[in-house]
Amino acid sequence: MDLVTLGVQLLNAIQYGMVLFLVASGLTLVFGILGVINLAHGAFYMLGAYLAYWIAAYTGSFWVAVGAGVGIAFVVGLLLENVFIRRLYGRDHLAQVLLSFGLILVIDEIRQLLFGKDVHSVLPPEGLRGAIQLTDNLSYPVYRLAICAFCLVAAAIIYFVITRTRIGMIVRAGAENREMTRTLGISFDTVNRYVFAVGIALAALGGIIVAPISTVYPGMGDSMLILSFVVVVLGGIGSIGGAAIGALLIGLTDTFGKVFFPSVSSVLIYVLMAAVLLWRPNGILGRREV
Amino acid sequence: MGTHRDPRVWLVPGVLLALAIALPFVAPTYYVQFVSKALIMGILAMSLNLVVGYGGLVSLCHAAFFGIAGYVLALASPKYDPASLWWTLPLAVAASAAAAAVIGSLALRTRGIYFIMVTLAFGEMLFFLFHDSKFAGGSDGAFIYNKPSIMLGNLTLLDLEKPLTYYFVVLAVLVAVIALLTMIVRSPFGHALAAARDNERRARALGFPVFRVRLTAFVISGAIAGIAGYFAAAQFGFVAPQMLGWHLSATVLVMVLIGGQRSVAGPLAGALVLIGLEEVLKATTEHWKLAEGLIVILIVLMLPNGVRDLLKMILPASDAQSGVESSTVIARSIATKQSSSLPDASGLLRSARNDDVVGGRHG
Repeated sequence: MDLVTLGVQLLNAIQYGMVLFLVASGLTLVFGILGVINLAHGAFYMLGAYLAYWIAAYTGSFWVAVGAGVGIAFVVGLLLENVFIRRLYGRDHLAQVLLSFGLILVIDEIRQLLFGKDVHSVLPPEGLRGAIQLTDNLSYPVYRLAICAFCLVAAAIIYFVITRTRIGMIVRAGAENREMTRTLGISFDTVNRYVFAVGIALAALGGIIVAPISTVYPGMGDSMLILSFVVVVLGGIGSIGGAAIGALLIGLTDTFGKVFFPSVSSVLIYVLMAAVLLWRPNGILGRREV
Repeated sequence: MGTHRDPRVWLVPGVLLALAIALPFVAPTYYVQFVSKALIMGILAMSLNLVVGYGGLVSLCHAAFFGIAGYVLALASPKYDPASLWWTLPLAVAASAAAAAVIGSLALRTRGIYFIMVTLAFGEMLFFLFHDSKFAGGSDGAFIYNKPSIMLGNLTLLDLEKPLTYYFVVLAVLVAVIALLTMIVRSPFGHALAAARDNERRARALGFPVFRVRLTAFVISGAIAGIAGYFAAAQFGFVAPQMLGWHLSATVLVMVLIGGQRSVAGPLAGALVLIGLEEVLKATTEHWKLAEGLIVILIVLMLPNGVRDLLKMILPASDAQSGVESSTVIARSIATKQSSSLPDASGLLRSARNDDVVGGRHG
């Protein structure tokens, strides 16, 4: 394998890892702040991709789909928190698992009613459809590079909000010691609602930006849910930095696993997870005894 | 104690068993097969409850143990002759137990939300293993052309091909599983398991090998899930990767929630209720999953103790607790009373089950 091909695979791995990071960071935020395990996270990723397909087909603009899709997911997140998730705080994990499982069944059926179960594809936005010629017979699609840039911007925004703003301070304090933060007079009612909505919106955003490079199909949420879980287990619950490390590790393992060990590639990420569990059961950046 | 010596305790199970034995003589074959299926799911739900209810560990990979046993039967069945139950059943159960031992020894290094995510991930790994690889039909699954039987020379003693025989075999297995699980949860081992659930640090401080106890429970539970999977595969004559998928694991958890986590046979009732409900919903609407999802959400929010909450709403005065339940309730109340009477400043004695992952270092 020559250097250019290796470079292309490396770009693929990074791009894949970045999308994973976007989705998993939403999941780890909800774990960290709300203490709720949300199995329906993948369902919102799937819903985002279907919304992207539907809105882009209706309006003809991918960018409208990005804005409207994220907006819809955010509002749905606010509503869900208010109606269902709020009642789960302090309940055991079994209740959380099963309520979000019920949500998956409902969301899947709503998707069936609204969009059917067909497999769709979405065109990349105008201007990002070309490819960069690397060598005579190798090119790299511009849109994949755009995804990298897009995710980097999103990650920068998340980083800025968490480390530099008041709401970020509350989020960090809440993840560190919720009781103490509450004692200091911070009400988590509003914070919880917005964090959950942002988490859902991040999942949908992941689904939307992935739509042009993958197919849009009903089962896409399930596989993303498992991958995000592995990312969070690798990185440590509630840690955005951990999610970034975990996501890149999975991106690299999966992409290069398919290149070098195609016969066992589907198991490799789980082997990685098992190794991390043996080495650090609380994740690479997980500090706490849980 | 002595509650289990009360002869009335045997009344309800005895009547139910008599009804179950009488069923095939009054009901058409379709219903006999339907109840067989529900009883198998009941065995699976009861096996899961040993880990969830008594161990306090929410596992999302039990469908994988269920499916592995089914696949072992499919792979071990000769093409033109029925497989012998004598050696295929132990082989299938051993395979499930082995998978549970490997997954358990890794997943039990974690707690709470981590444990849920890790079991889900390893369960899906096994799903993809059967889904993506060529052996046993890949994503299409595999057929079992001849159902297992017990032969003595040329004489067929037991042939699972016959619905009636199959039903009674499943019923016998069910009774045996209930007896086994009841023995386990009443044994010192079962009490150690419950102690680790109620307060892990305390159990550890008292010298219980918590990891080993949990792993043993996980393996036993996986093996019983394997028994259920073997008979499920034998009934349908077909195995597919979906048998291992986490949607089945979650559905079985719903059964556990409906039936209640604090009794051995509760999840069996949960399985009968949920499968009956699914059958009714499927008959009434095309979008039965929407209705099922909403019902699951409502149950979680309004009936945290499942059917028992419903019974309490209907019969507010009745006290429908069996011997097993009341003894565990007593044990639990003793455990909580003791832990609340001791100083809790260091957070050392917080119940492991109620640990708030976000809470971090209280105190």
